[in-house]
Amino acid sequence: MTALNPKLFDTDVEQAPIRAGFGEGLVLAGRADERVVAMCCDLTESTKMDAFAKEFPKRFFEMGIMEQSSVSVASGMAAMGKVPFVSSYAMFSPGRSWEQIRTTICYNDRPVKLVGSHAGVSVGPDGGTHQAVEDMAITRVLPNIVVLCPCDSVEARKATLAMAKTTKPTYIRLAREKTPIVTSEETPFEIGKAQEFYRAENPRVGIIACGGLVYNALMAAKQLQEEGINTVVLNMATIKPLDRDAVIALAKECNAIVSVEEHQVAGGLGSAIAEVLAVEHPTKMAFIGVHDKFGQSGTPTELIEHYGMGIGHIKEAVKKLL
Amino acid sequence: MTCLHDEKHKFLEEKALEIRKSIIEMLVEAKSGHTAGPLGMTDIFAAFYFHILKHDPKNPTWEERDRVVLSNGHICPVLYATMAHAGYFPIEELKTLRKFGSRLQGHPHREFLPMLETSSGPLGSGLSQAVGMALVDRLDKGQNSNRTVYCFLGDGELDEGQNWEAIMLAGKEKLHNLVAIVDRNNIQIDGFTENVMPLEPLPLKWASFGWHVIEIDGHNMSSIVNAVDTARAVFEKPSVIIAHTIPGKGVEMFENDYKWHGNPPNKEQGESALAELRTLGGRIASEHE
Repeated sequence: MTALNPKLFDTDVEQAPIRAGFGEGLVLAGRADERVVAMCCDLTESTKMDAFAKEFPKRFFEMGIMEQSSVSVASGMAAMGKVPFVSSYAMFSPGRSWEQIRTTICYNDRPVKLVGSHAGVSVGPDGGTHQAVEDMAITRVLPNIVVLCPCDSVEARKATLAMAKTTKPTYIRLAREKTPIVTSEETPFEIGKAQEFYRAENPRVGIIACGGLVYNALMAAKQLQEEGINTVVLNMATIKPLDRDAVIALAKECNAIVSVEEHQVAGGLGSAIAEVLAVEHPTKMAFIGVHDKFGQSGTPTELIEHYGMGIGHIKEAVKKLL
Repeated sequence: MTCLHDEKHKFLEEKALEIRKSIIEMLVEAKSGHTAGPLGMTDIFAAFYFHILKHDPKNPTWEERDRVVLSNGHICPVLYATMAHAGYFPIEELKTLRKFGSRLQGHPHREFLPMLETSSGPLGSGLSQAVGMALVDRLDKGQNSNRTVYCFLGDGELDEGQNWEAIMLAGKEKLHNLVAIVDRNNIQIDGFTENVMPLEPLPLKWASFGWHVIEIDGHNMSSIVNAVDTARAVFEKPSVIIAHTIPGKGVEMFENDYKWHGNPPNKEQGESALAELRTLGGRIASEHE
């Protein structure tokens, strides 16, 4: 099992917004590779591009509130040899800019790095217009693209550095609110590789989670073990290309899988897993996520509970599969 | 003002005629595709690929080349035909247009033809890409750059809001290394542009976004060349050349009738069109007769 944050299960576990890790990673990527440029759609501080903008003013471009044009501008920059990062809220990009991402980035196979912050219902009080719960579905259907959903700010930093080095179009999904630091500096990160974050002896259910809800999945696994129900938790930070081998191996071992994501269950991580298992190893599944609903205003905790993505919901789903 | 030598003028017009013939032939063979736009833009493409552009057909990835973004991808028959005549690939290959396995996809796709700067088809996104290219050109080369980014757009395409995002950004950034060429042929699929969605006063709209605006007759070689010279000499602004063209130019049957926007000529219509082109509208005897 991977080395995680030693304080993971403590009540005073450190917390940080996943987007903050992206901001740190982008500065490091910018220092490592001068081809890295960044563009933001009037949300520079909010998407944590401000540190990059400050350190590399010439390589930062303020685009104003124009998500559709911005991703195409990035495609043009990539055509000239740059590695452009474009950030906005996930609802607006890839939400609004989808066709431009399809045609000008993926169809051209340009290494543009799309950054969607404020994804999921945990955006909170802003309400449903601002809560992207479809972004992984609409990106992962596109050929050529890589889709990442890091579980905490430390992993987001590593993912940002990794995506800057690939030649593929990439989408990274970030969240607004502070969430517990699950991983540590030592936790490995590799695009396309699942990491086992929790393992109890002779597991009966496999839990595969991504994003901030990995924490809830781990808490559920720990509590379940205390109740005598053993599980494994995989952190699936890469939604595409999915680590098929890890998914199939876990399904063969447990014969029951629960997917956990802060996203519509249609088209997201759970769907990606089901697409593999339906062919390779048909397995009973339960899907934790948003079930065909829009978000609304509330605190992140209220909303996670309301839409059925709390620790209790994950435990319940596991028990139903026993 | 540049005055093209008579010889050069004649050379470019001959090239345009050759390209027009190829366009008709490839469309007849393909049995689908757009007729009006490609023929309307042929003179401009001939002027670009045989006089204006800094490019090397034998070395399409030459770093110092000018960049050409075709935003209205549906007029690709003129791009393909011009590139073939300029030596990028064999003219014979034009007959594969829109066929399975062809490098010449129905709308340009650079996975199939990597010498293209970009893929296009869905309207409205080319200018943004050209702006990105121009920004990088300036970032990397500063004032020493000798490359120009050219973006060809249709007029109907300007209905798309994304264009105006790009126009605004280019104006803000004062991208003097960017030149847009609008094919002002007044037609789109559902009719005349001013009926479908009025664009006028088009020059004032671009100017108000911080662009230098030049209007030309898009079938006059000297005007085309002069306009680009002027555009490249303007240092504080991006330039747009609004080229007034006749859709279907060169073949009477196609000219100014918007129904030819998205249709190819059939075999008989193609024969008649080629005869008209070969005889320069009946003024000379055809070499085939």
